[in-house]
Amino acid sequence: MNYIPISPTERDAMLATVGVEKLDDLFNDIPAKHRFPKLDLPPALTEMEAAASLSELAGSNETTRDLVSFLGAGAYNHYIPAAVDHILRRGEFYTAYTPYQPEISQGTLQAIFEYQSLIATLTGMEVSNASHYDGATAVAEAVNLAYAQFRGKRTKVVISPTVHPQYRATLRTYVQGMGLDLAGDNPSLLSTLDSLISLIDENTALVIVQYPDFFGRIYDYTKLIESAHAQGALACVAANPIALALLKTPGEMGADIAVGEGQPLGIPMSFGGPYLGFFTARKQYLHKMAGRLVGETVDGRGQRAFVLTLTAREQHIKRERATSNICTNQGLMALASAVYLSLLGQRGLRQVAELCYHKAHYAAEQIAKIPGYSLCFESPFFHEFSVCCPRPVEEINAHLLDHGILGGYDLGQDYPALKDHMLLAVTEMNSKEEIDFLADVLAEVSHD
Amino acid sequence: MTESTLFELSSPGRTGVTFPDPDVPRAKLPESMLRAELPLPELAEVDVIRHYMHLSRYNYSVDGGFYPLGSCTMKYNPKINEDTARLPGFAFTHPLQPIETAQGALALMYELQEWLKEISGFAAVTLQPAAGAHGELTGVLIMRAWHKSRGDDNRVKMLIPDSAHGTNPASSGMIGLDVVQIPSDNRGNVDLAALKAACDETVAGLMLTNPNTLGLFDEHVEEVVRIVHDCGGLVYGDGANLNALLGILRPADVGIDVMHFNLHKTFSTPHGGGGPGSGPVGVAAHLAEFLPAPLIGILEEGEEDLPPLYGYVTPKQTIGRVKAFHGHFGMLVRTYTYIAMHGADGLRQVAEYSVLNANYLLARLRNTYHVPYDRICMHEFVAEGKVEGSDVRALDIAKRLMDYDFHPPTNYFPLIVHEALMIEPTETENKDTLDAFADALIKIAEEAKTQPELLHEAPHKTPFGRMDEVKAARELVLCCWLPENFSK
Repeated sequence: MNYIPISPTERDAMLATVGVEKLDDLFNDIPAKHRFPKLDLPPALTEMEAAASLSELAGSNETTRDLVSFLGAGAYNHYIPAAVDHILRRGEFYTAYTPYQPEISQGTLQAIFEYQSLIATLTGMEVSNASHYDGATAVAEAVNLAYAQFRGKRTKVVISPTVHPQYRATLRTYVQGMGLDLAGDNPSLLSTLDSLISLIDENTALVIVQYPDFFGRIYDYTKLIESAHAQGALACVAANPIALALLKTPGEMGADIAVGEGQPLGIPMSFGGPYLGFFTARKQYLHKMAGRLVGETVDGRGQRAFVLTLTAREQHIKRERATSNICTNQGLMALASAVYLSLLGQRGLRQVAELCYHKAHYAAEQIAKIPGYSLCFESPFFHEFSVCCPRPVEEINAHLLDHGILGGYDLGQDYPALKDHMLLAVTEMNSKEEIDFLADVLAEVSHD
Repeated sequence: MTESTLFELSSPGRTGVTFPDPDVPRAKLPESMLRAELPLPELAEVDVIRHYMHLSRYNYSVDGGFYPLGSCTMKYNPKINEDTARLPGFAFTHPLQPIETAQGALALMYELQEWLKEISGFAAVTLQPAAGAHGELTGVLIMRAWHKSRGDDNRVKMLIPDSAHGTNPASSGMIGLDVVQIPSDNRGNVDLAALKAACDETVAGLMLTNPNTLGLFDEHVEEVVRIVHDCGGLVYGDGANLNALLGILRPADVGIDVMHFNLHKTFSTPHGGGGPGSGPVGVAAHLAEFLPAPLIGILEEGEEDLPPLYGYVTPKQTIGRVKAFHGHFGMLVRTYTYIAMHGADGLRQVAEYSVLNANYLLARLRNTYHVPYDRICMHEFVAEGKVEGSDVRALDIAKRLMDYDFHPPTNYFPLIVHEALMIEPTETENKDTLDAFADALIKIAEEAKTQPELLHEAPHKTPFGRMDEVKAARELVLCCWLPENFSK
């Protein structure tokens, strides 16, 4: 099966126009000894067979529809209104390219402009770019921004060990060879805010914290950000966008950059991607920001319209001196989050955030009552919390899975001090009945 | 004709979705930590749907017409791919769930790694990078890690032909390498003398796009690779133009060491109005241990009735992780579907017909528009957007094409062709479409001589005219907000 709409007769006519006899003659520049390799691939399937084969593969996964899920740790099970995917499936949106020709791309351009506006509103920041790959790479780009801001003269980044372990791992990959010191990136030091502040000095370019942090905890980072500013450093908050419906914004806390993973905003978990990195900042850092920006203007007929702007920062103009190499971003995922946010509006989003909050607190309370289990931290939390368990997490999770429950994240794999600690996430998708069931099954594994 | 923004359409008290009341006792909210207000727009579902439907009409798309953007491979995006990627068994899986519960997803990823290896000839493939440029970053990090592992710390230069995509120098610049530009010769190949002169013990490697952005296959590719290898450098292949090579040539067979794939170009995953893409990276055997972690591997071999157990493996000298989780899984499902339906012969036809279509357009247009490097091209070619006896520019021709209901080709790239129009038809266009496009361009060349103002002021028939880009950059209105006192 292929999608080539050319008949053999048309092919022959075209070959004649080109002036060659057969298709093979078009490839004489290819080194003869390597030309036309025999590829060992399975025989081609028809659409009917492919649909069946893919259904079978998909069917062998257990999903959050089959299981009761309390797993989060950076990807969250939220309700996605039906209308979101109906918009995403419009061919006018998903089969368009990056809007380089604004006269015939106003749909995409206005949608991105509105996305920028929605995300800036949500984070309390002044400007947003058109998206980045995911939360992890958005954090890495924040470091690039800060590094460029100080022209490479400040060589230290203070990052909290309670930033997502995979975000920190990604950052380490991005900065290798740059001679940057990632202070605080040590999972055996579960530092307090004060100990993080003590790491900030005049060589610090950027301070990065997560909000809520990886353990689900909520801190007011105002003082930390002031300490960063006192040393001339920038501060970046990596935030959960659903939590921002309820909580003080990074903007209100004085952050210079706010980034995060936009998956909770109407994007399916889809085994890890594609997701959405959002990237916002104070306006003064606009020229150092990575990625595309859409700005408002008028067309020659006097109509309000939108264009890609400040493109001189980007790779296709600046080449090796660009702020980043990013080209293709997450356009359609940004559209998904914009549709989600416009459907929910201020009430719906606040409702989701409150449901997450109340249900997570109910779950925490129930679990804390079970002999052998306790909450690890006393700090306020949003929709995720850490539990000290009486048995290894792997063992507990295996037992939960036997009962159709997808258990929490094993914190011991990243934080040696948190052996036997489980990170549980509760969203609006979890009913009281499910939470009670989780508590019951946990109680069964409370002792030897 | 303009559509109001979501913020202008908002009316206090409307909502598009409601959620159930909590079925648990309400917990005390952390008062000191609450945000003051949440000024998001308020709309009903029908308002939202109509808004986006209106906007969608202002977009040109592959589903709507011919989109011959050079270097972008705007081929048709099969509908079945959209369905398979959304199967509940894929869409509702958590990236961190136990591997025993995700064997379908892992098996698909493992197979896809194997297929991409077979198609390209590389020894190992990572599916993690999020887009082409992200794959480039991954590739150049691998190249540097390999040099360092051999105690060779002096490789600070990356050689990049002048016809390269901007992402190549940007990716090298991002990790602190110095970029050295290599000129093209008069047949559009890498200039061998210049390449030889640039090659020394400080060269990390060469980033080669082949076929290059002129749409030409480098006639001395093996010699180019040999020269770079002889000075101890590695060759990076930019896979943006792989569509022309499926079943025609495996890039690893000519000695390319590392290459990214653009699944959103070659393997038909949609461009989404600017993403998401997906940029897997393939490497030759000597670089396999440096790939990002984790890869998908077989943890326990299968037996007669028992499938193998798939899981995560970490290459010994990995550069680390380049993003969270396992890559753009949804794009991997689409690609898997596409390859499964094509098989070896189908993929070869993709390349053959993409090259036939490009050469057919070239044959129809070369007497009207000058083609500076005129020989049998691969999947695309570059013409000069100029007409003798007229002052019109490539931009004018591009904009006038919109009046004929075509998306313009890429213009002003590659930089080495004056007033470049870079035309890539892809294999999913029929002869009638190609003829209509060629006829339009020929007619526009006539108009350029007889009515140049028609081109200068084009487009005329689109809902929007040319934009005031200066105003956008000067005023920098990048967001809109609800009016101050909007919220109750």
